[in-house]
Amino acid sequence: MKKIVIHEEYCMGCRLCEIHCLVEHSKSKEIIKAYKGEYPKALPRLLVEEKGYISFALQCRHCEDAPCLDACMTGAMHRDPKTGAVICDEDKCVGCWMCIMVCPFGVIARNTQGKKVASKCDLCGGEKTPVCVKYCPNGAIVLEEI
Amino acid sequence: MEKTKYLIIGNSAAAINAIEAIRERDKNGSIFLVSEETCHTYSRPLISYYLGNKVDEARMLYRPPSFYEDHDVRTCLGKRVVHLDVSAREAFMDDQTRILFDKLLIATGGAPFVPELPGADSEGVFTFTTLDDARHVKMFVSDHCVKKAVVIGGGLIGLKVTEALIDLSIQVTIVELSDRILSATFDRTASGIIERGLMKTGCSCITCNTVEKILKGKKNLVNGVVLKEGTKIDCGLVIMAIGVRPRLDLVRDTVIKINRGIMVDEYLKTSAEDIYAAGDVVETYDLIAGSPRPIAILPNAAQQGRIAGTNMAGGDKKYTGGIAMNSIEIAGIPTISVGLTDPAMIPGKETQNDFEILQEYNERDSLYKKVVIQGGRIIGIILAGKIDRAGIYTGLIKDRIDVSQVKDRLLKDDFGLLSLPKEYRKHLVTGHGIEV
Repeated sequence: MKKIVIHEEYCMGCRLCEIHCLVEHSKSKEIIKAYKGEYPKALPRLLVEEKGYISFALQCRHCEDAPCLDACMTGAMHRDPKTGAVICDEDKCVGCWMCIMVCPFGVIARNTQGKKVASKCDLCGGEKTPVCVKYCPNGAIVLEEI
Repeated sequence: MEKTKYLIIGNSAAAINAIEAIRERDKNGSIFLVSEETCHTYSRPLISYYLGNKVDEARMLYRPPSFYEDHDVRTCLGKRVVHLDVSAREAFMDDQTRILFDKLLIATGGAPFVPELPGADSEGVFTFTTLDDARHVKMFVSDHCVKKAVVIGGGLIGLKVTEALIDLSIQVTIVELSDRILSATFDRTASGIIERGLMKTGCSCITCNTVEKILKGKKNLVNGVVLKEGTKIDCGLVIMAIGVRPRLDLVRDTVIKINRGIMVDEYLKTSAEDIYAAGDVVETYDLIAGSPRPIAILPNAAQQGRIAGTNMAGGDKKYTGGIAMNSIEIAGIPTISVGLTDPAMIPGKETQNDFEILQEYNERDSLYKKVVIQGGRIIGIILAGKIDRAGIYTGLIKDRIDVSQVKDRLLKDDFGLLSLPKEYRKHLVTGHGIEV
């Protein structure tokens, strides 16, 4: 499958990935509405860590041996048979946070604005290039066939 | 007489994950599943959500309705396997049917421990581990307009059922034998946080005490309990949530070796050839305690089921062991506990010096962070109030990473992968995720 690969040495910490990710996962998919006019406000499905000159973006690794799949008590967390991505069915999710307990990357977030659900990278549906990859200006987030 | 390549006894996390793993390797071998419960596979931990009207029955399913069809599984629901002939590879069901198998998975789970109490046969006394239990409690509560309940046992099941009952506007009293609730997974501070949270919702916790008698009123209906020292508590419902034990009835009279649970090797195979076991019924290596014991949690059951299934279908996968962990949100306070959270629970004063404890507690906001370190490695954590990125600690525990150089960063609010030793961080950030 195709996976997102992080090159931390190229990351400048500009956080464009975060902005594009949030907009992509908003209802309107328009930047101003997404940030200022939607409730619940969409969450970015990735995070950026930064300290001094080191920074990197990180999102779900879509692990081959994913601990969140074992830990999910409802069956909401599942692997898309077509793309191989690990996806959370937010309708089934009850927000028990077992996935947060086991993800060693810490890339699943709590979304408690409406119904409690685990929020994570969905590879932007898996059909197209994820927006974080598409808009990264420096090739720090790339899509590679693994 | 039935014949099957794979016989699966059980229909929950271990059984279902085993079936998925078998089908990944063996598309055609016949799979036969027997379960005492009559329903489709459902999520057991969701029964408290169901009772509290947070999830309806349709959303209880652990897998889509077409699961058995999709995986070409023949099911026999509502029947029980009552006897095993290990050498003949034959199972006998309660309706006299016999099933010959090549490989067997025992995933019979746990059974609630029920103490012998006078009055326990009253109407309105329930255990709480199955969907049927939840249905019965729900029906009883609405039929009899229950206003007050007593929950015996302040462990995870006791607290989950308490929360559901609170959602139904029922006033709950928890009676716990030890000196605090959640004593198996939490330390004193964390137990206190939850206890205070529960009290705010109108629920009370009575510790260091036990129910000695259940009182019957009209029509055999429960109308109260009597505690050890004679106090009487009025209630219209009693839930017994003392604990769950591996369900061993089926294997007790066979050559399959048992201790507290079914004993399995690292391939999840029992002492009998071609017979595997997984889930709450087994005891496996506890990575923190360093010895085998049953750890009845869903993530372990699912992983064990998957590995057992792989090996039943000719694979060669090892289960290295598990860690006790739980994520539970009570009274609006999310909490996560992993591994050994309270070294004070370990007997022997001389061992106490081996542990280093980092903690931060903000009582007003119910925020608590605790990291237990032994020999430079994290062996347990508790997080309450704020649980984001908890899995990073779990990863450090599992991968036995030396954190002695980064100890000062472990409790920081910006704790993340950048707080970790450089090599480990690079491994996580630039790698391809966790691979098989």
